Amino acid sequence: MGSAPVSDQVYLSDSVRAAVKILVVGHFAVGKTTFVGTLSEIRPLRTEEIMTQAGAHVDDLAGSPEKTTTTVAMDFGRITLNDHLVLYLFGAPGQKRFTRLWKDMMYGALGALVLADTRRLDASFDIMGLLEEHGMPYAVAVNQFEGAPLFPEEEIREALDLLPETPLVTCDAREAGSSTKALISLVEYLQTRTPAQEQR
Amino acid sequence: MTPPLRRERGLVRPYVVTDGRAHPTRNTLDLVTLVNGTGSRPLTGLSPEKRRVVELCRPGALSLAEVAGHLNLAISVTKVLVSDLIDSGHLTARAPIPRTELPDARILQEVLDGLRSRL
Repeated sequence: MGSAPVSDQVYLSDSVRAAVKILVVGHFAVGKTTFVGTLSEIRPLRTEEIMTQAGAHVDDLAGSPEKTTTTVAMDFGRITLNDHLVLYLFGAPGQKRFTRLWKDMMYGALGALVLADTRRLDASFDIMGLLEEHGMPYAVAVNQFEGAPLFPEEEIREALDLLPETPLVTCDAREAGSSTKALISLVEYLQTRTPAQEQR
Repeated sequence: MTPPLRRERGLVRPYVVTDGRAHPTRNTLDLVTLVNGTGSRPLTGLSPEKRRVVELCRPGALSLAEVAGHLNLAISVTKVLVSDLIDSGHLTARAPIPRTELPDARILQEVLDGLRSRL
């Protein structure tokens, strides 16, 4: 990474005046980085934050149980929506212990898209719980991996214990069309939420 | 008790980079705050890291997260540096994000229109 070559396209258009963000969350290897990379107009960037001890030993990725710090990577990309508004997509792991990163990510975010894998639906519970705890509205997109079992929507809803209004869509994180549609279903859902429902 | 020592050593670098501060001078900065170089202040006296931030932001606007990503800095460190550089007049924050619990209906519509236009 380091000193990435900076070309003109790296910068925002001069007319851009505001930025919004949407989170792309999910368990390890669910396709967050792929999803962000598919939709981003810039080469996706990564920032890393060093986290201290707590819980490091239960990380899926922790190489050694003695590890005292762990690095959390956050991948993000950018979509210029019109001449004055830009959308950033932040993909990050949804573990509870990364509180500071979560606070940074959630601050001002419009909502979250939870990526799920039908082979590991139970692995999505923690993330959905965390979002609910923070009052962050979300939609669920099943990233359809090749060879992964196909289930009727009702079964997935039931397995994930989704509220009736929570959008559930299927996408292929490698493909822009279905990934864009997944974001659209999230934003349509955000539009339907009345102020009364958003008060916590 | 070596692991704690090692951990402390690992923290030295960001600490030095930020002149020993863990928190930025302003708390309005967000990952998607857009910053731009003003080009009106000399780089003399700036630390190497601040200089890199100013040089990166000179040609155009970037979000704070992008500054961190391009320069391979942690978000927390970048916030401190960017905050200082806004205070010193090297950078301007182009689009401060209002802290609102409810996304503006107009913004949501613009996001939706922008996404639909990509299909």
